[in-house]
Amino acid sequence: MSAWLEGRFQLKRDDFELDAALSSPSQGVTALFGRSGSGKTTLLRCVAGLQRAQSGSLRVGDQVWQAPRRFVPPHQRAIGYVFQEASLLPHLTVQQNLSFGLQRVNTELRIAYDQAVELLGVGGMLQRLPHQLSGGERQRVAIGRALLTQPQLLLMDEPLSALDSEGKQQILPYLEALTRNLEIPTLYVSHSLEEVTRLCQRMVCLESGRVTDSGELTEVVARMPLSRQVGEPSAVIESRILAHDPGYGLSYLDLEGHRLSVSLRDAQLGETVRVRVPARDVAISVHRIEGSSMLNTLPATIIGIEPFPDGVRMLVHLQCGRSSLLAKITRKSFELLGLREGMSVFAQVKTVSLLQDDQLG
Amino acid sequence: MAESIWLTLKLASVTTLILLLIGTPLAWWLSRSTHWFKEVVATLVALPLVLPPTVLGFYLLLAMGPHSPVGVALSEWFDLRLAFTFEGLVIGSVIYSMPFVVQPVRNAFDAIGPRPMEVAATLRASPLQAFFYVALPLARPGLLCGAVLGFAHTLGEFGVVLMIGGNIPGETKVVAVAIYDYVEALEWQQAHQLSAGLLLFSFVCILTMNLLEKRMRRAVF
Repeated sequence: MSAWLEGRFQLKRDDFELDAALSSPSQGVTALFGRSGSGKTTLLRCVAGLQRAQSGSLRVGDQVWQAPRRFVPPHQRAIGYVFQEASLLPHLTVQQNLSFGLQRVNTELRIAYDQAVELLGVGGMLQRLPHQLSGGERQRVAIGRALLTQPQLLLMDEPLSALDSEGKQQILPYLEALTRNLEIPTLYVSHSLEEVTRLCQRMVCLESGRVTDSGELTEVVARMPLSRQVGEPSAVIESRILAHDPGYGLSYLDLEGHRLSVSLRDAQLGETVRVRVPARDVAISVHRIEGSSMLNTLPATIIGIEPFPDGVRMLVHLQCGRSSLLAKITRKSFELLGLREGMSVFAQVKTVSLLQDDQLG
Repeated sequence: MAESIWLTLKLASVTTLILLLIGTPLAWWLSRSTHWFKEVVATLVALPLVLPPTVLGFYLLLAMGPHSPVGVALSEWFDLRLAFTFEGLVIGSVIYSMPFVVQPVRNAFDAIGPRPMEVAATLRASPLQAFFYVALPLARPGLLCGAVLGFAHTLGEFGVVLMIGGNIPGETKVVAVAIYDYVEALEWQQAHQLSAGLLLFSFVCILTMNLLEKRMRRAVF
């Protein structure tokens, strides 16, 4: 069976070589994930046609955008592109920026002008010029502008990376809402596992221009070896919302029959959400400990053990039912507790680490 | 005197118009092309900056003369003579003032960078539409600067005019040549009037450009 989007690009440039194959279903958000310099932006630009791979092929739905003797220029591809830094056209007002692509669209409108303005909350700034907006506002306009070109495929290149954490907090809810409501297949470039966790269902990992892994986000993260983790090693769990507790600002998730508290989510009861759990916020005990401020205690089985290169810490892979967790502990406690593969233990997850606001640096 | 002022203004206006029409695409090509040949073209465009106008005028005269292949072709096919005519002056001025228009416009295009054009492409604009709706508006300060410099530089042209245009009242006798004539004839009064006029006009031109450019940059960025 072939995927909705299938592409393969080979490109050589100075000391960098990209050789990557990519596929994506016609729904949902796929992350292109990797460190800076791994080629994820280049891959995205190849999909957009902004960069022409020396050899490559790309098919989207039933359209061939690139083949050995065919290259559809970017302006003839039904894409929406959000650049890393908001690149609003500086001589045009917000309104003119929003309509710039829209006025050239001759297909049926899936997203109307008013709808985009409302979805991204830019109604109050239509007559302003880009230099009069904050970074977060500019990026919202840029996202709205991309949506209004009625894309078949939305391409986002680290749309949050140029923003401070306040700006990120400001935009993430809009991104979550639009990826949930608009059903435009999206490729999302990022090096932040937290962003990816909140927005993406699938993941393609890149390293030095090559794809090292791809698949469902939770699975890819669970099998990601220590050497490929970017930043703090983390696991991603996926579970349903059981209840909301606005009084404490918490939502409760159902994780294999256990209740996990996370920060209040803007999601329906029963809806599936993803949560990133950093390994440093997971502790291991051999007995159940009650009355801890860590609150979340889950029975788990040790399925893998990896020493950190420093020789001081260990990364323990845990399985809780169908979910995977990672725990970072010292080699000392590892030996004191006598941990070994296959052992049944209790994983304690620090609640505060599941508060999303803490995780966006 | 009025005749030579009118002729000079006409020459400078026509030259500036033609230069904007051919200099802008040329500047765009120089700014965007990666072809090795572009440096050769850039050098040719810049040559009038360093060449004595008489050298330029001399070769133009040879090229336009009634016995040169160009001259013969033009007079046979279009019944057009270039040496010692207004049309010839326009061609000479276009070449002579070219770097003063192409350089600032090219700098303005360079300053835009690749990103706005990529943005336009992802917003379905063809390269031509992107040029007209994005590159040109963003390069407005450079276009204004090029137009004013081209105009002012053509006003002050002397050597090239003398070589290919001579001194025919109403046809090729521009202000700069007229001033020379007055001085030759020791008519200091008239020479003064024209010189001071040209000085003042050039000053106002460039001052206005500077002020406008400043305001435009504020509006755009």
